[in-house]
Amino acid sequence: MPISYYLILAFTLFTIGVVGVLVRRNAIIVFMSIELMLNAVNLLLVAFSKMHHAGVYAANKASTVGTDAQLFVFFIMVVAAVEVSVGLAIIVMLYRNTHSVDINFLNRLKN
Amino acid sequence: MNTLVYLIPLFPVIGFLILGLGRKSLSKTLTIFLGCGTIFTSFIISVVLFLNVKNHGAMDVHSLFTFIQSGTLKIDFAFQVDQLSSLFLLIITGVGFLIHLYSSAYMHEENAEHFARYFAYLNLFIFSMLLLVLGANYVIMFIGWEGVGLCSYLLIGYWFKNDNYNYAAKKAFIMNRIGDLGFLLAVFWLVNKLGTVSYSEVFATAHQLSTFDVTAITMLLFVGAMGKSAQIPLYTWLPDAMAGPTPVSALIHAATMVTAGIYMIARSNVLYNMSEFTMHVVAIIGLATALFSATIAIKQNDIKKVLAYSTVSQLGYMFLGLGVGAYTGAVFHVMTHAFFKALLFLAAGSVIHALHHEQDIRNMGGLKKKLPITHLTFLLGCIAISGIPPLSGFFSKDEILAAAYAHNPIYWVLAVVGAAMTAFYMFRLYATTFLGTYRGNSEQASHINESPKSMTIPLIVLAILSVVGGLVGVPEILGGNHQLHHFLSSVLVSEKTHHMPHNTEWMLMGISVTIAVIAILFAVNKFSKKPELNDAEGLGKILSNKWYVDELYDKFIVHPLNNIAVFFKNVIEKSGIDAAVNGVGKFVLYGSRQIRLIQTGQVGTYILLMVLAFVLMVLIWINDGYIYRFITNLF
Amino acid sequence: MLSYLLLLIPFFGALTTFFIQNEKLAKRNALLISIATLIISIFTLFSKVELSFSTPWISALGSNFSLQLDGLSKMLCLLNAISLPLIILSVKENTYQKASNFWGLMLLMQVGIMGVFLASDALLFYFFWELALIPAYFLCSIWGGEKRIQVTFKFFIYTFVGSLLMLIGIIYLYLQTPGNHSFSIQDFYNIKLAGKEQATVFALMFIAFAIKMPIFPFHTWQPDTYEQGPTPVTMVLSGVMVKMGIYAVIRWLIPIVPDASAAHANFVIILSVFGMLYASLIAIKQDDMKRLVAYSSIAHIGLMSAAIFTSTQIGMNGAMVQMFNHGINVIGLWIVVDVIEKQLGTRKFSELGGLAQKAPTLAILFVVIALANIALPLTNAFVGEFLMFSGLFEFNIWMAAVAGVSIILAAVYTLNMVQKIFYGNTVILTENAIDISWNVKLVLTIIVVLIIVLGIYPMPLLNLIGQ
Repeated sequence: MPISYYLILAFTLFTIGVVGVLVRRNAIIVFMSIELMLNAVNLLLVAFSKMHHAGVYAANKASTVGTDAQLFVFFIMVVAAVEVSVGLAIIVMLYRNTHSVDINFLNRLKN
Repeated sequence: MNTLVYLIPLFPVIGFLILGLGRKSLSKTLTIFLGCGTIFTSFIISVVLFLNVKNHGAMDVHSLFTFIQSGTLKIDFAFQVDQLSSLFLLIITGVGFLIHLYSSAYMHEENAEHFARYFAYLNLFIFSMLLLVLGANYVIMFIGWEGVGLCSYLLIGYWFKNDNYNYAAKKAFIMNRIGDLGFLLAVFWLVNKLGTVSYSEVFATAHQLSTFDVTAITMLLFVGAMGKSAQIPLYTWLPDAMAGPTPVSALIHAATMVTAGIYMIARSNVLYNMSEFTMHVVAIIGLATALFSATIAIKQNDIKKVLAYSTVSQLGYMFLGLGVGAYTGAVFHVMTHAFFKALLFLAAGSVIHALHHEQDIRNMGGLKKKLPITHLTFLLGCIAISGIPPLSGFFSKDEILAAAYAHNPIYWVLAVVGAAMTAFYMFRLYATTFLGTYRGNSEQASHINESPKSMTIPLIVLAILSVVGGLVGVPEILGGNHQLHHFLSSVLVSEKTHHMPHNTEWMLMGISVTIAVIAILFAVNKFSKKPELNDAEGLGKILSNKWYVDELYDKFIVHPLNNIAVFFKNVIEKSGIDAAVNGVGKFVLYGSRQIRLIQTGQVGTYILLMVLAFVLMVLIWINDGYIYRFITNLF
Repeated sequence: MLSYLLLLIPFFGALTTFFIQNEKLAKRNALLISIATLIISIFTLFSKVELSFSTPWISALGSNFSLQLDGLSKMLCLLNAISLPLIILSVKENTYQKASNFWGLMLLMQVGIMGVFLASDALLFYFFWELALIPAYFLCSIWGGEKRIQVTFKFFIYTFVGSLLMLIGIIYLYLQTPGNHSFSIQDFYNIKLAGKEQATVFALMFIAFAIKMPIFPFHTWQPDTYEQGPTPVTMVLSGVMVKMGIYAVIRWLIPIVPDASAAHANFVIILSVFGMLYASLIAIKQDDMKRLVAYSSIAHIGLMSAAIFTSTQIGMNGAMVQMFNHGINVIGLWIVVDVIEKQLGTRKFSELGGLAQKAPTLAILFVVIALANIALPLTNAFVGEFLMFSGLFEFNIWMAAVAGVSIILAAVYTLNMVQKIFYGNTVILTENAIDISWNVKLVLTIIVVLIIVLGIYPMPLLNLIGQ
């Protein structure tokens, strides 16, 4: 499959994520949009890694060149998981305090 | 002999230091002893040196140490004793000593501390003047030059509690400074063109200077002389300088300070001979000053002010003499003037002392009997200054007048008019003060006594000198051989030698003496019976207000300068530069306050901005970097 | 050896002074330290051994801790070293809150200034340049007058902007040095820049130095700071610190960018000469002693800056001599200002008068210092001004003539000051005034003796800078 398919998919996902963050005010939706963006990036990393590796692999089966990116994906997934747990905890606390998950409420911390 | 040269200024400066530092603990007697003794010692040494110079010619230049050295410029702290300076040494220390002696009685009312301070200043004054005369280069001369300015400042403002006196002192110093700037610029010019300031080297290499350079240097030096010797337009400080104690006036007017300008030009005669233009200017300014201040003197009612304007006028004659190339005549007049002007001032001081600080001649009169010695000596001084033969003033003035005639008869006519005015106002002063009847109240009259011996002895000595002082310069036509001329001939070289027919010379003398005698008789006749007691009107009012020159200076120089200063201070400094500096700060504060508004605290806004910026960057980078290149090309 | 002792002694002195709790002890400690520095500094004058010193500092950048002590540096270090003991002695009676911090900072400032005069490495020079500024900032903003915060902030920002411009210039020059780059002054001297680059570097560094000196129109921080700063700090600022600017022009500007300096000489000299007249005229109209002295100082500095940019040997020599002499004289003036303000509580001429009757010793000493301020012959300032005007004259006759007017104006404002404070009749404030105490008398006498000795025999100074 040509790399451009992956790219288009990742770009679409990322854009959806960005728009979601910008447009929606519900904290949980925003959160999901962020996850969407992260995963769009993950997708790209894996796709490029695969593409990169495939070229070298053809010449030398033992080569591991280009597989680093797949490691990064795991890091990102771990960090995302941590982030979700902390973030969700914050959202839960927010809901308990304000009975709302509207992010615009958060600017009250400003003062 | 060499070491003796150093001793001359050394004694006065030692006197100054002891008196100045120990002024609180010295008794008055000790102060008098130190003050007069040091000057007298200097006088004795001066006499020795003078005789040495007279017999063996000028002494070598003695360098004490290197004063300033920078690159090729080397200025020595060096003294030079030749005919000219040895003559001035005699005048300064001799007349200076008499004035010291006189002061010891005149200032006796002051308390011991201020008495010592007074003598310390006097000694410093003599020291500065000696430095001025002894210096072997223009920088040492300048040290003395500024030094006498400083001392006049200190002495004029001696009674420092009085604000008017302080004002007069300040005025003297600042006016002198204006002249000093001219002097300094001339010195820089010499440094720049010739690389030296010592007389011998400057005069030896002067021919290398272009005409323009010589004219500029001599003119600038003359500006210095204008300030120091009170010539138009820088003369107004001298009459105000009367604020100081009377002996100080005598010192300033006779022995020191104002003669410095004459000395300097006479000393630089090599340079002046090279510039026709400057000579003309010197002669014209001198003549103008002589006439102008004589007119003012006619209407003054303060005994010291009359004498002050008379000094300005006589100095004008000296400059006229210098300007027409009669250097010897000018120096001769400096000498005779030192005698009779010191005499007149000290005699006036004696009058003021007797009348308990009354200076207005309208309140005097009839003092002839009460103050016989003062009267007689004052009269001799008046005759001498009026140029009546055979008193000293006649010979010196006649020499200047003859030279002026040879140069340009119009100068002579104007100078004789001035001489007539001199005779007139001097005898107006004499008649109003000593003749007629006493116009103060009778209680005061009973207290009038002749001054003590230490005051009258200097008067008598000076009177004798005023009478016979002219004999050193009796011209050939009167059977003399003008010893002074021969003595000074190696130093003062005038290119303008003039030989007049004897008949003409007799005629000139005859006319000037006759006119002076007429003026004297007229003045004595007019003022001995009916002195002017009322304030003058018409032209007289203008004269008594000194042609309103002070007011003019105030209006056209002091006032505008003050206004500029206020403008600078309040407008440019405060609202201009400082406001601009503060404005930068304010602008930064304002700007940051505005930019802060972008930081709304809404996460959404930040992200939106971020995304927009991102999109913008991408847009710039696509199209093969076309937009990027376009933008970078803009800068 | 001697060269870094000049830094180490005051530095460790400052550290120890910070930790002394007792105020009197702190002051005494500072005095002893400063006298020790002075002794070392006097030693350097007679020392025959090699005085330069160098050790790697930030070797990654090619910067060395290198100090160099030639005649000019020796003279300025001496000025710096003399000034502090005199200042401490003269304000013996003044009490400052947290005196240990005050004197510690003063010593630290001395270290900074000393370093500026010693450094022969550009980065080190910059380091000391800032080191001198920071204590000055704290001293003024903590112990200053009513408006101290605002004024000191302006002072700091103003001079700091200049410093940063200089830093840019230094970094630019650094990058032009060959090989592994170095900050050494010799390498900077060897850089041959093209005309346009020279002009840029000149502009960057000149603004920094012009602010520090200060010359017109960069001077407005100065009167305010002098007015608001505590007097001992003002003494250091105007007596020693402003000399940093002039020194830097002589050592770090003209030799490095000679062509640009020559090209801009006319502009700088016109600016300086105008500044002289401008400051003198403003000084005439001041009613506050501190401001008068501040403007008078601007006028004098203007002359020095003009003389340096003439690039004539005679003018340069004059300016160098004058740096020392002006420092001595202006410290004398500030001491008198401080004495009067402490005793009578005012600095306004309009409220003073007749002090000569009550304090004759002060009056005499002050008059001598005032005469030095107007460069009367046989006072130290005459020698410098004579040489500087000579140099200016060589450069351009009209410049010398116009600048010469300031000689007259100097007499006007200085004598005005003398007259208004000391002469005339006493007023209410001066009715019960007393004469100065022994320590002030001692300090002023030292200053007056220096003024007269160096005025009569200036050759030691001229020989020193000739080295």
